Amino acid sequence: MRGLLTLATTTHRAVDPGSGLVLDPGTAWTLNPRVAVRPEPFGALLYHFGTRRLSFLKDTRLVDLVTALADFPSVDATFAALGIAEDARPGYVSALQRLADTDMLLPSTDHA
Amino acid sequence: MTLAPERRPSLIDHFERGLDSPICLTWELTYACNLSCSHCLSASGRRDPNELSTEQCKEIIDELQRMQVFYVNIGGGEPTVRSDFWEIVEYATSHDVGVKFSTNGVRITPEAAQRIADNGYIDVQISLDGATAEVNDALRGKGSFDLAVRAMQNLKDAGVEGFKISVVMTRHNIPQLDEFKALADEYGATLRITRLRPSGRAVDVWDDIHPRPEQQRELYDWLVAHGEGVLTGDSFFHLSAYGQTLPGLNLCGAGRVVCLIDPVGDVYACPFAIHDEFKAGNTVTDGGFAAVWRGAELFTELREPQTGGACAGCQFMDTCRGGCMAAKFFTGLPLDGPDPECVRGLGEELLQGREADLEFPRPSVDRSHRTSPPRPRAKSRPVPVSIGMGAPARPPVSACEIDPLAGFVPPGAATASSS
Ligand code: SF4
Ligand code: SF4
Repeated sequence: MRGLLTLATTTHRAVDPGSGLVLDPGTAWTLNPRVAVRPEPFGALLYHFGTRRLSFLKDTRLVDLVTALADFPSVDATFAALGIAEDARPGYVSALQRLADTDMLLPSTDHA
Repeated sequence: MTLAPERRPSLIDHFERGLDSPICLTWELTYACNLSCSHCLSASGRRDPNELSTEQCKEIIDELQRMQVFYVNIGGGEPTVRSDFWEIVEYATSHDVGVKFSTNGVRITPEAAQRIADNGYIDVQISLDGATAEVNDALRGKGSFDLAVRAMQNLKDAGVEGFKISVVMTRHNIPQLDEFKALADEYGATLRITRLRPSGRAVDVWDDIHPRPEQQRELYDWLVAHGEGVLTGDSFFHLSAYGQTLPGLNLCGAGRVVCLIDPVGDVYACPFAIHDEFKAGNTVTDGGFAAVWRGAELFTELREPQTGGACAGCQFMDTCRGGCMAAKFFTGLPLDGPDPECVRGLGEELLQGREADLEFPRPSVDRSHRTSPPRPRAKSRPVPVSIGMGAPARPPVSACEIDPLAGFVPPGAATASSS
């Protein structure tokens, strides 16, 4: 087991309930436009200007994945495009779900 | 295909080596202040004639935006007494730099409170160091309690939710923890408590007001019992040696992920380390903030692996890491040894062993009001106590305020894992 993601909050807010949606890898998702991505040697730091939540993505592939999501019609298609192996995908899906829960990711309608 | 099987550096490892941009940046806009708190960390009072101009402040904000510093902690002095305060704040929030500012409340009028409510990217922290006027005003000056309460009322009336009441813990207000919490609840505010460090003018009063060893335990236990929803700025990580690791990245972030820009543009490793020893450069004369942050010799040194010195063999090294650099420096203790408030009592021993005529480092800059009362340094009379090490059921909650290392959901609960 290895952590891909650490969440932190820089201010005290009731934890944002987020979309409450289950992230189905067969559907399209995108990074929330209110979230900024700061590349770091360990991966990236995400900052949500609305919830003021800071997240640390401790995996450069997860960073690639998150930033590429919007370009593909589904999460699965993004996996395929980035060459992420089948057996590694469940780990990434759960990391993405955590990001969806904290409003960092939103379902995308562009590819509907 | 496997995901890198070897042990990869943890976040703490990365933070220890420093990041390209700080995570927790404090920016003191002015040394001018209407009050003369006896423990002021920046020895403020009088405006510095070389204070950065509005334009220079905006240049710094442009740079922060480019460096993706997502928010700054603005303080002082009393930042709101600058006539361009709102201009600077609103320039920042419209350039992707959120603002959290600390104030004694003097300018938080109903109009200012409304402005804060309307902006959405501004967080306010009202400084209050006693839950009663008696305890508060003894440190912060007569009338300062009423000033703060009036500001809190205005914020509440304007509908600003979750503003912070920020308390520096002393031996006089630790018994008031429950009262502080009740006060915060009454105003729809969030209580934030931080550690008293012997910085600025506090160098003179620290011996007299820093929590007694048994009070540190009291504070820790209170946090364990009531910590839910109380912010600590991760400033009590030296207390994690009492029990289990406190959530957060337990390390001193000075010059690595933390720093201070002072009102004249001098960059220091930490807001609690305003001393030439910890000055890395100047935003105006050394080519801008990024150049100082990324290139200063001092910061390069601070980002080198630390050996742990006298703390190296300590069983609590992983969580406490020798505590706070600034606290050691201003009490005259070696930087590679235990914190003056080391929970094992080792700092206390060192304090007692200091030479009677030891010259303490003084803050290199002192803008105290010239009318401030004289500040004799009292000799402390520490009471030796032994401290138990029982593990509490649940560690306190914390979040990044002055220290960056904030509010991390404890590992496990917070971590998405791959198999
Ligand atoms: S531990 Fe002390 S010196 Fe280090 S960042 Fe925190 S306050 Fe500053
Ligand atoms: S000896 Fe050093 S590491 Fe151990 S508890 Fe004391 S200050 Fe912390």
